[in-house]
Amino acid sequence: MTDVPRDPIAIDVGEVLGEVLSDVKRSVTSLYSSLVTRPTGRAVRSAIQLQVEGAGTVSLSLIDFSEVSIIDFSCADEVVAKLLQEYLDDGPPDAYFVFSGVHEPHRDQIETVLTRQALAAVVETHPGAFGLLGKHSAGEARVWGVLEEHGAIDAEEVDALLPGAEDREALGGLVRRRLAFRSPASGRVHALSRLVHHLL
Amino acid sequence: MVGLLLAGTIAGREQAALPRLGLPESHDVVGYLARMGFFEAARGIYDFDVPARRASSGGRSDVLLEITSVSSNADVHEVVDRVQGQAGAILTSKLGYPGTAAVQFSVMLSELCQNIIEHADAPGWVAAQAYNWAKRLGRFVVVISVMDVGRGFRGSLAGEHSLRYGDRWGDSTALEAAFLHGLTRFPDSGRGQGIQQIRKQVRRWDGAITIRSGTARIGQVPEWDDAPPLVDGLAPLPGAQVSIILPAKATDAFGTGGA
Repeated sequence: MTDVPRDPIAIDVGEVLGEVLSDVKRSVTSLYSSLVTRPTGRAVRSAIQLQVEGAGTVSLSLIDFSEVSIIDFSCADEVVAKLLQEYLDDGPPDAYFVFSGVHEPHRDQIETVLTRQALAAVVETHPGAFGLLGKHSAGEARVWGVLEEHGAIDAEEVDALLPGAEDREALGGLVRRRLAFRSPASGRVHALSRLVHHLL
Repeated sequence: MVGLLLAGTIAGREQAALPRLGLPESHDVVGYLARMGFFEAARGIYDFDVPARRASSGGRSDVLLEITSVSSNADVHEVVDRVQGQAGAILTSKLGYPGTAAVQFSVMLSELCQNIIEHADAPGWVAAQAYNWAKRLGRFVVVISVMDVGRGFRGSLAGEHSLRYGDRWGDSTALEAAFLHGLTRFPDSGRGQGIQQIRKQVRRWDGAITIRSGTARIGQVPEWDDAPPLVDGLAPLPGAQVSIILPAKATDAFGTGGA
């Protein structure tokens, strides 16, 4: 068994959207990549889920929004919030996500829908820099920062790096919320950003 | 203009032939109607004589979005695509908004148009235009108007929410439920945020938003406006009408942005 999800996959939302829009708009060729309307969002999420579920029982996906010009609240809810919700339950498939290319004009819509549904996501905020977007506690943010700084925390390092019981609970919370990956083999906890770094 | 289309649609339902529309003689008005795409939108709704010559409206206004019929999701995509192409320049030059405002403006239009499809269950229209409200406000404004000929807010929400309101249920309580509390007929907790987020964005831009449906009208009123936030007992309006006014950034005594 490997320590991390095998072969993280990169999904270009702009590309998926292009395929969806060619169906929605038939003969109309759009100059823009607007991720708008619920049916469009639903179709994009279904296409993403097909790829995720084809990646095995444990998967990690880098969802790239950099080619999307506009995302409205309905699509943010369908493509980001509902996608995360779909895989939060225990049991396979065990899917983890990192969102990249979330430019400033997208951030408010994505943060709003995540907060409303009490969800959080790991997001590339600037090239190579990551953050937590959505609803999270101050403790989760602090521990996530420690994990992000170290890249991974071995099981035997946890007490030294996170001496407070609250922080250790927060680490467990990050894993349960799919904001960090704990290897079932070694117990090592990985920052998701490091696991997709080679795809950026 | 979108109100005229709504009136014509309703009138046409009650008679065998299309209602007759007499156009004004003023070349400015006819030119303005033409620039807003009124004649194309009115085809099939009114019987009218297409003006032979389209006069200029005098250049006092700028069209952000011609009257556009909305009845499908493809229409919403078209609205967003069209607006992206021209909104940025007008929002920046006329209103002094930042360059990124075109994105928020497009998101707002997308959510407004989706309301027609998802809640009205009937076609509607959207239009947006910049005006110089020199006398009324001393500033440029952008006005967005959205209307539909659907079942209205009370009709959309009745099945899910009327019981809990009991005798109080009516057009004004339905508007309050949607506008203030984000209620929707869908049980999905991800729904109902469109209007809330539009209100938030309008407030950021110090704008005004009103929704009229049935016999009531509700609004979010900025300091520069003196309209009452809730009015009941109006003449019945089938469907719904959403009006948004976005003013230019106010400038202080030194001529810098102060809003």
